[in-house]
Amino acid sequence: MTSPPIVLRLSGITKRFGPLVANESISLTLHKGEVLALLGENGAGKTTLMNILFGHYVADEGGIEAFGQPLPPGSPRAALAAGIGMVHQHFTLADNLSVLDNIAVGTESLWRPRSDRAAAKAKLLDLARRFGLEVRPDALVGDLSVGERQRAEILKALYRDARVLILDEPTAVLTPQESASLFDTLRRLTADGLAVVFISHKMNEVFAASDTVAVLRGGRLVATRKTAETDREELAELMVGRALKPPSPTPLEPGEPVLTLSGVTVASGHGRPLLDGVDLTVRRRQIVGIAGVSGNGQTALAELVSGLIHPDSGTMALKGEAIGNAEPAEMVRRGVARIPEDRHAAGLVGAMAVWENLIAERYHDPAFQRFGLIRRAAARAYAEEVIEAFDVRCPGPDARTQLLSGGNMQKLILGRTLAHGPDLILASQPTRGLDVGAVSYVHGRLLEARAAGAGVLLISEDLDEILALADGITVAYHGRLTPVLPHGRVSVRQLGLLMAGHWEILPEIVDAA
Amino acid sequence: MELFQTILDILVSAAFWTAVLRIATPYILGTLGELLCERAGVLNLGIEGIMTMGAMAGWMAVYQGADLWTGVLVAALCGGLMGLLHATLTVPLGLSQHVAGIGVTLLGTSLSYFVYRLVLPQASTPPTIEPFQPLALPGALAQTPMTYLALILVAVVAYVLYRTPVGLAVRMVGENPAAAEAQGLSVTAVRIGAVVAGSALMALAGAFLTLSAFNAFFFNMVNGRGWICIALVVFASWRPGKALLGAVLFAAFDALQLRLQQVAGGVLPYQLFLMMPYLLSILALVLVARRASYPRALMIPYRKGER
Repeated sequence: MTSPPIVLRLSGITKRFGPLVANESISLTLHKGEVLALLGENGAGKTTLMNILFGHYVADEGGIEAFGQPLPPGSPRAALAAGIGMVHQHFTLADNLSVLDNIAVGTESLWRPRSDRAAAKAKLLDLARRFGLEVRPDALVGDLSVGERQRAEILKALYRDARVLILDEPTAVLTPQESASLFDTLRRLTADGLAVVFISHKMNEVFAASDTVAVLRGGRLVATRKTAETDREELAELMVGRALKPPSPTPLEPGEPVLTLSGVTVASGHGRPLLDGVDLTVRRRQIVGIAGVSGNGQTALAELVSGLIHPDSGTMALKGEAIGNAEPAEMVRRGVARIPEDRHAAGLVGAMAVWENLIAERYHDPAFQRFGLIRRAAARAYAEEVIEAFDVRCPGPDARTQLLSGGNMQKLILGRTLAHGPDLILASQPTRGLDVGAVSYVHGRLLEARAAGAGVLLISEDLDEILALADGITVAYHGRLTPVLPHGRVSVRQLGLLMAGHWEILPEIVDAA
Repeated sequence: MELFQTILDILVSAAFWTAVLRIATPYILGTLGELLCERAGVLNLGIEGIMTMGAMAGWMAVYQGADLWTGVLVAALCGGLMGLLHATLTVPLGLSQHVAGIGVTLLGTSLSYFVYRLVLPQASTPPTIEPFQPLALPGALAQTPMTYLALILVAVVAYVLYRTPVGLAVRMVGENPAAAEAQGLSVTAVRIGAVVAGSALMALAGAFLTLSAFNAFFFNMVNGRGWICIALVVFASWRPGKALLGAVLFAAFDALQLRLQQVAGGVLPYQLFLMMPYLLSILALVLVARRASYPRALMIPYRKGER
C-alpha cells in the first residue's frame, strides 16, 4: 500500500522574537486525509509555527512547500490561494457583520460593482449541508454562540476551497459535546480528502481525533508518532521532558462555612441578569469548583466575591457574618484572597516594580507606611521574603513586573494573596496560559492552603482542572448555579450536559449522590 | 403661543427649506467623508483643515480661470492629497490618529491662507468669482448643482458600503483588521484608500462654501463645520442615510435660529440663538449616541505580525 500524497512540507523552520527562539529548525510533513495533532505546552511554539505556515509571521530560516509548490512567506493571501485555511484560537470574525459577510469578504475582486450575495449564500449553505455544519448566514456574528462561531470559521476556510485546515486550540472554548461534534466534522473533512493540523495541549483530544502526533517542546520538534502506536505516558513525558504526577488531593473533612450566598441576584441592566438567584456555600478545607462555558456568570460571581459589584437582592456572608456592600479593600481585610481572571488587566501593574505590586493590597498597613509615606526598606524586605517563599524567578524586588513570565506573575499574585493566611481564596482561571510546571505549582499551593484551613472557590473553564482539584462541583449556566455536586458522583458527560443547559438531568445525579 | 405660531409659519415656508438644504450641503459631504474614514477604522480630525483646503483650492482654480466643475475636481484632488498625508501618518506608521488629525487640521488651515496670500498679496477686500447658480426648479428644489451632487453621493456611499465587495472590505477593516488580513485583504491598502476617498469628500464640502454658497474665500469660513461633522457621524451611527438626516436636522436648527433672531432678536440677545443648534445637537447626541456601536477597530492602529 502506498501512502497518500504529501500535501504540505515544512523544512527547517526557525523563528526568533528578539532573544527568544520560538521555533528551532522544525521539519514536518502532512499527507492527504491525515489529521496531525501538534501537541505541546503553552509557549512550546505551536501557534508560532502555524502562524508562519499561514503567513502571519515570516520565518527567519526554512521554507514551506504546499502541494509541491514553494509557498511565498508572510502572505495569508498566498496561503489561502495555496489551499491553506486557518481557524484561529481567538476567532478572526467581526462581531458587527453577518456570518455571510465575514465569510465572503475578500473572496470577490474588490472592483466588482456589486457583490453577488445570492451566489455566496447558496455556496455557503451547500458547504454547510455537505459537512454537517449548521449555520445561520444572515445572523450577526456577535449574536452567535462560541460553537456557532467556530463553525463559521471552519466554513470560512472551506468556502475558500481549503485543502489543508489548521485549527489552533479548537476545543478550548467548547463543551465536551461540542468538541465531540467538532471531531465528527474533522472526520467528514478528511474523508473528503482534506488534511487537518490541530494544535492542542490536551492529551485526550489527541487520542480522540488524530492519526499522527507531533510533540513540540521549547520551540523544537521532539518527536513524531503514529497516534495508534503511542500512549499518554509517553506523550506526557515528551511534552514536559520529565514524568509528571497529577495532583492527588487527600480527602479532608470540611469545616464551618466561610462563604455563603443565598438567593443572590445581580442585574445586568439589559436582558437576563448576570447572576440569577445563586445559592452557594464554601466551607473551610474545601475546594468548590465552578464549571461552565465562559460568559455564564463566572465573571460576575468573581466580581461579587471581590466586592467589585454588589447583590441587587439576596445576601452574602463571610464566616457567618452578613456583609452589606463591602468594597474590595474591606473584602481583603476580611480575609478574602483573590487570584484574578486576567492577571495583566486586574492582577498586576506591569509598569511597576515587583515590590510595589506585592504591597498593592496592603500599602496602608502600618508595617508598610508611616505618616502616609511608604516604608520602602520594609516593603522591599517583605518582597524578598515572598519572592523566596513562592519561588518567583525575577532579578529582584525592583524588577519591573511586566518583564516576568506568565508563570512567575501568577506566583507573585499567589505570594501576595496567600502570604497572610486567607480564609477564602477566590481563584479565577488560576492556571490559564501557564505551562505544565507552573500549573502544578499553582495547584500544589491551592491544595496546601486548603489543608491549612482555607475555603477555595475555583472558577475555571478547564474541566480537567476542576476534576483534578475540586471536592464539590457546581455548573454555571445563564447566571444560575446547580447545587454543589460531590466530586466522583458526576461524570464528564453529565457535566457537559449541565454546561450546555440540560438541567433536566439534575434530579438523577442528585438522587444517585 | 405667538412663538409657536411664528415657528410654524417658518416651518411651512418654502424659503426656509431652501435654506435648510443649502446649509445642510457641507455637513452632508463632510459627514459622508468622515464616515468613510471611520468605517475603515481611522478617525480623521484633519477634517476642518481639509475642508479649508478644499474651499481655497476650488476657489483659487476658478479664480485663475478654470470652470466651476474643474474647481470642484481640483478641490477633491487637494483633499485626497491631504487624506494621503493623514493616512500615511496613521496607517503604515501607526501614529496616534488624534494627534495626526489635529496636525493635519492646523496644516490645512494655515497652508490654505498662506497659498491665498502668496497668490493675492495685495487683496484687501476678498476678490470674487461667479459661483454656481441655483437650478430653475420650483420651491425648495431650487438648489445649486453641488447640493444635488451631495444628495447623490449619499446614495453612492451607501451603495458602495453595503452592496459592493470593496465596501465590505472597508467595513471589515474597521471592525476587525486581523480578520480582514486572514482573508487575504491588505489592511493598509484598504484603510489608505478609504481615508483618501473620505478626505476628497471633505474637500468637496469646503469647495461648496466658496463655489456655491459664497463667491469668495475667507480665512475663517469653515468655522467649525468639520467638528460638527464628527459629531454627526456618531449621531448617524456610521450610516450614510442617517448622516443625511442628521445634517438636515442640524441645518434646520440653524436656519430656524437665523429666522428667530430676526423675529425675536429685540427681546433676547442674539448669541442665545446662535447657541441653539449646538445645544440641540448635543442633546440629540446624548439621546442617540449612548446606544451607538462604534466600528470596533476605530482609532486602533493595525500592525501586522505583532505579538
